[in-house]
Amino acid sequence: MADPTSPNPVTLSTTSAFTLDDLRRILRAGAGVDEQIDLSGAIAGVPFAELGYDSLALLELTGRIEREYAIRIPDGELEHTRTPAEAVTYVNSQLSQEGI
Amino acid sequence: MSASGIAPHRGTPPVVTGIGVVAPTGIGARRHWESVLAGKSGLGRITRFDPTGYPVRVAGEVPGFDAVREVPGRLVPQTDRFTHFALAAAEAALGDSGVDPASLPEYEMAVVTASSSGGTEFGQHEMERLYRNGPSWVGAYQSIAWFYAATTGQVSIRHGMRGPCGVLCCEQAGGLDALGQARRLLRTGSRLVLTGGTDASLCPYGLVAQLASGGLSTVDDPARAYLPFDASASGFVPGEGGAFLTVESAASARERGAHRYGEILGYAAGFDPAPRTGRPPVLAAVIRRALADARIGAPEVGVVFADASGVPEQDLAEARAISEVFGAGAVPVTAPKALTGRLYAGGAALDAVTALLSLGHGVVPHTAGPGRPAPGCEIDLVLDRPRQTGPRTALVLARGYGGFTSALLLGAADTPLTPH
Amino acid sequence: MTRRAVITGIGVVAPGGNGRDAYWDLLSAGRTATRAISLFDATAFRSRVAAECDFDPVAAGLTPREVRRMDRAAQFAVVAAREAVAESGVDLGSYDPGRIGVSVGSAVGCTMGLEEEYTVLSDGGRNWLVDHTYGVPHLYGYMVPSTLAVEVARESGAEGPVALVSTGCTSGLDAIGHGVQLIEEGSADVVVAGATDAPLSPITSACFDAIKATTPNTSDPEHASRPFDGRRDGFVLGEGSAVLVIEEATAARRRGASVYAEILGFASRSNAHHMTGLKPDGREMAEAIRVAMDRARLGPDGVDYINAHGSGTKQNDRHETAAFKRSLGQRAYDVPVSSIKSMIGHSLGAIGSLEIAACALALRHQVVPPTANLTVPDPECDLDYVPRTAREHPMERVLSVGSGFGGFQSAMVLGRPRSARETV
Repeated sequence: MADPTSPNPVTLSTTSAFTLDDLRRILRAGAGVDEQIDLSGAIAGVPFAELGYDSLALLELTGRIEREYAIRIPDGELEHTRTPAEAVTYVNSQLSQEGI
Repeated sequence: MSASGIAPHRGTPPVVTGIGVVAPTGIGARRHWESVLAGKSGLGRITRFDPTGYPVRVAGEVPGFDAVREVPGRLVPQTDRFTHFALAAAEAALGDSGVDPASLPEYEMAVVTASSSGGTEFGQHEMERLYRNGPSWVGAYQSIAWFYAATTGQVSIRHGMRGPCGVLCCEQAGGLDALGQARRLLRTGSRLVLTGGTDASLCPYGLVAQLASGGLSTVDDPARAYLPFDASASGFVPGEGGAFLTVESAASARERGAHRYGEILGYAAGFDPAPRTGRPPVLAAVIRRALADARIGAPEVGVVFADASGVPEQDLAEARAISEVFGAGAVPVTAPKALTGRLYAGGAALDAVTALLSLGHGVVPHTAGPGRPAPGCEIDLVLDRPRQTGPRTALVLARGYGGFTSALLLGAADTPLTPH
Repeated sequence: MTRRAVITGIGVVAPGGNGRDAYWDLLSAGRTATRAISLFDATAFRSRVAAECDFDPVAAGLTPREVRRMDRAAQFAVVAAREAVAESGVDLGSYDPGRIGVSVGSAVGCTMGLEEEYTVLSDGGRNWLVDHTYGVPHLYGYMVPSTLAVEVARESGAEGPVALVSTGCTSGLDAIGHGVQLIEEGSADVVVAGATDAPLSPITSACFDAIKATTPNTSDPEHASRPFDGRRDGFVLGEGSAVLVIEEATAARRRGASVYAEILGFASRSNAHHMTGLKPDGREMAEAIRVAMDRARLGPDGVDYINAHGSGTKQNDRHETAAFKRSLGQRAYDVPVSSIKSMIGHSLGAIGSLEIAACALALRHQVVPPTANLTVPDPECDLDYVPRTAREHPMERVLSVGSGFGGFQSAMVLGRPRSARETV
């Protein structure tokens, strides 16, 4: 599913304060990775559910981002993003609001 | 039918069709059994943290357990080590039975585990984050990793078992009580129960809490620290790990043509009276009740797997109970747990597995370590080397902190196990 | 001859009042016992509301040594067990101790004691290598939840089967179900069965904060637990214990015991789906209900009241509403359903025993306790949830259900005893 050689359908700014790699790192540490998932591949547009991440995983992700980046994420907002790309975009919008 | 679904006739005894082991004696039932026959101890100085400052520095750790290899990736950070062990042992027990859970009715398969202290190490980490940094530092998985039901929940999810799953916390007797509960379920509509127990409390807070039980040995030499029934017994060594068993109704096993390790012939549980009541401990009565439940006489028992506390007065009480029921020195008694330490929720489940292997191979494994029996312990403790006596029935005993006392009778299958 | 189990004694430690009578007063009046947390400083927490017990262990009859030895959850259980045994009139001393069993449920065991001692041994979380020289003698008793069963067993003089059942939030129902089974299979003639939990501590609160399961409503604590209401926003943690005396029916009749209820059916199932998530179809809970009613030899029309799990999370309330419809069909719309968690919060493993105690009392008084705070029903929860005010209602049989982390779903059917039908 997540073939690293396939072109990434979603482009993300590499200059963002919060990148897809940050998301990968935090998911790995917090919720772990299933064997059949290549988290380093083209996951940006792949729904979290297909990557094996459920509501608890997104709550853990929320908590970790809040602590590491010292931001507040209102209830439900990050949990309701569907893909890594949406999550990265959302976190960057929160970071810019916090004036970082 | 009754409220709990008990049928009027008890039917044929349930059978064990799969076993899985994660223990200080090795990962996998085969490696464990080889260690047991060779008297190869899994006890050593604690490596999971620096035990230098503590009065107990010896434990039974599971050697070479790599959670990343043994456990589905997402579950590694989401669950405690006691659940890691359980996921691995349960998968092994299920695989060993050859059953495909998808082929059986989902509501007729259940998971029953014994838990002693839950996700102790996970909990210590999260409490540390809470008290160092504040409540928002507690992670989302604390809610599902720390509690005693974590293992049953994860194992049932992993294998799609939707029957009457359960968790019993009877400290070190729990492994036998889980098997007893499995038998109840098999009499009330279930056909397969994945059951067992694991524990992994070898973190600093877990060890320190265990110190307060007063039962731990402070002897620093791993070869001398846990010598049950010996004149120099000094308490016990804590260990981690445990075992799982696939238990099926006889009909289900027959239908599948499954290999059988043995049968659950009888079970009973009781509870010691409070200290200073002057009443005797219940072990002898519980053994008699298990024999009555199995409808067999004491002379039919070929081997006793003792609880073997290592605390002198408890060893003496156990030896007296065994002598009272069987006669002094009348039945071979053994305690392979001297090689692993006491695994709490995992200990009795592992003893049941070892007993089944003993029946299957016709060998009574020895108790490695003890040499000079403690005065008053008039039992035939199997020492030095295994005995090829071909036992057909094994009695497994377990006692838990506070007074839990359980006894399980296992019978040999018709076909012996082929030697490994 | 089939052995049957009946409830002959009830003991309660609950938010809003200790003792069976105070408990029923609260429930039948529809009063809520939820309030701002006072047991610890909850300022830094997301959820700051709970249903706390006003519990003074010395006033409740515990000796100084018992108070020192026992964690709060154990204190609750022992006090509740004493009340249950005294109230049942059973003379446990007349029983063969080997025929007395104990089955106690708890989701989180002696968490409070374990956490308090952790803060000392780690010096406020500073040291991973905690200092054993600060360990109290009862520390191991806090580490193992089995202590709760040990204390109740010693209190009862039990030398028969003793167990601590820990299936998360169905522990209470499952522990009573286990006790029933011990009696029916002949392992015991009397079982002291119930559950206890005292989870109102920083670590348990923080863990529910982290998954946003508990209510963030801090402005209106008395109305924070709102099962089936469209404005609910999570459950309210509670604490407490209920312990029952369960006796073999023939023996109870022989000694002229006053019977609250007969336990007619029990079943549990797991969803094998998710540790915290529930499928909206309520499938496995419906199956537990179906089997429990089948064991009670009842069809869908056989129950007159459903005591719901009703935790006050959107997910749960819809899940079990679906389960009731799935298992009872059209009858689900006619039978009164209520959640006492609206009044006493959700005490995790203990709540199932408190709910069975409430069902037994409801049968005796022929009154359905209400769902407090239910003013604007969730349109997807369209059953008769007995809003705000208790209801007099003829009941012969009642159903109580529970749902817990780990996927556990349990159901129990109680019936009014024939003797009670004549005498009350």
